Amino acid sequence: MTHAVSAKPCPLPRPLADAIYFWRKTFNIFEMELRKLRHDSMPLFTRAVQPLLWLLIFGQVLAATRAIPTGEFGYIAFMAPGILAQSVLFISIFYGLSIIWERDLGIIHKFLASPAPRASLVLGKGLSSGMRGISQAFIIVPLAYFLGVNVNWSLFNLLGILAVVVLGAIVFSTFSLLIAIWVKTRERFMGVGQFLTMPLFFASNAIYPIEVMPEWLQVISHFNPLTYMVDALRTMILTGSQSSFGLVTDFLVLGGVATTLVWFAARRYPTFIT
Amino acid sequence: MNVIETQQLTRRFGSFTAVDEVSLTLQEGEIFGLLGPNGAGKTTLIKMLTTLLPPSKGGASVAGFDVVRQAREVRRVIGYVPQLLSADGYLTGYENLLIFAKLFDLPRQQRDERIQRLLHMMGLEAAADQMVSTFSGGMIRRLEIAQSMLHEPRVLFLDEPTVGLDPIARRSVWEHIQRLRTEFSTTILLTTHYMEEADSLCQRIAILHQGRVAAIGTPEQLKAGLNGGSATLDEVFAHFAGAELQPSGSYFEVSRTRHDARRVG
Repeated sequence: MTHAVSAKPCPLPRPLADAIYFWRKTFNIFEMELRKLRHDSMPLFTRAVQPLLWLLIFGQVLAATRAIPTGEFGYIAFMAPGILAQSVLFISIFYGLSIIWERDLGIIHKFLASPAPRASLVLGKGLSSGMRGISQAFIIVPLAYFLGVNVNWSLFNLLGILAVVVLGAIVFSTFSLLIAIWVKTRERFMGVGQFLTMPLFFASNAIYPIEVMPEWLQVISHFNPLTYMVDALRTMILTGSQSSFGLVTDFLVLGGVATTLVWFAARRYPTFIT
Repeated sequence: MNVIETQQLTRRFGSFTAVDEVSLTLQEGEIFGLLGPNGAGKTTLIKMLTTLLPPSKGGASVAGFDVVRQAREVRRVIGYVPQLLSADGYLTGYENLLIFAKLFDLPRQQRDERIQRLLHMMGLEAAADQMVSTFSGGMIRRLEIAQSMLHEPRVLFLDEPTVGLDPIARRSVWEHIQRLRTEFSTTILLTTHYMEEADSLCQRIAILHQGRVAAIGTPEQLKAGLNGGSATLDEVFAHFAGAELQPSGSYFEVSRTRHDARRVG
């Protein structure tokens, strides 16, 4: 063919060339989503309202009751990372809805008939959810600081926070995509979406420690990726905080779940349009 | 040379056979029209040729590549404009083209030149930097066609390119399709249920009925074969497909067609 690819003087080994191609296509999709956000960035701000309410109202009130044992940290400090994770979860989980919308329009058909790898189509969108999540981090973390939380401002931790937010967004948005592929219609998705987000949120350590949960819920919470996301965020946002599982475990779990979901969604993606 | 070849291409959904042993060949550079009432299998056939749907039986090749085993290669050499709306309303016309130019790996130096050329050809230069959500139905269709032509595909698939357009917009889309063929000598496979469209655009036509090819030939041949040679294409269509028109279109289908028509119109 006339494509410039074949004219390269020193051909890369096949797996490496494939990997580069995969990431280039992924970033093409990501770029498209960023351009859409640039045209309409309003949702980034409206999305921030809910977490602000949780922190400013729910958090303040619960902190005053001192009902939840959060150890050396105040309740606001304890819940701030949880609210960030919740915000990322809520943004990502409705991603399936927008993909059903795009499928109904016909946009998905065109992408599936293009040479871009299916996994790039999935991951590109996941990264854009990550971008939306990052915008929440830029609002929630400074707010926590102004509410008196002792935030760890080291560069390493800040980058780590962004990485966890992006990984978490990929996990939940791809999960949401899989549900969309499964239920296929907007109406059914709305039902399932509501039904899934709250259990994910409540069966995690976002707003109370795992130790205070009944035993059966503790077991479930260990299978919840949100738990590991909150643990990593808490460890990196709060100065002097100890991870419950270890940061390496957190990253391995989130990375592993993200990879598995993207792989699986890429396989199922073509069935979305039939 | 045969750009598209299908052999007994078949697709079943459960017990329903949407496309039933269709064998077709398309020659390089022709505009080929697939006609048929709703549910005749036009879109299913296109979906198989564009690698979106695996065949249940039989096979097909596009530009020499097998649609199942060499799906990736096929996707590189085809352009596809789905029946539904496929341009992104949340981007500008230019951005819609830019993203696809990148997806199809156009070299950076060529990208802008190609985009400008297609914007010019499709008469969209003035609107390039407007959001697609402000476009008219005809403009959106022309943008979508431009999008699918960026990589200069060997074969272009147009699934009901003028559905829901008013007569003026329809004519403008036809003119632009004609221009593509003269400038790029692209082979074009289009589906339609407008006889006038098939008559004025296509060199050859196949009428699909219940998943099978009921008639095939040039518009002249088809007309000559009926009523002692004085038939209109409408009559040909009615003869091959209309005699026992299925009560096609459930409530939801009708609602959806009207909805789509409103959106592009």
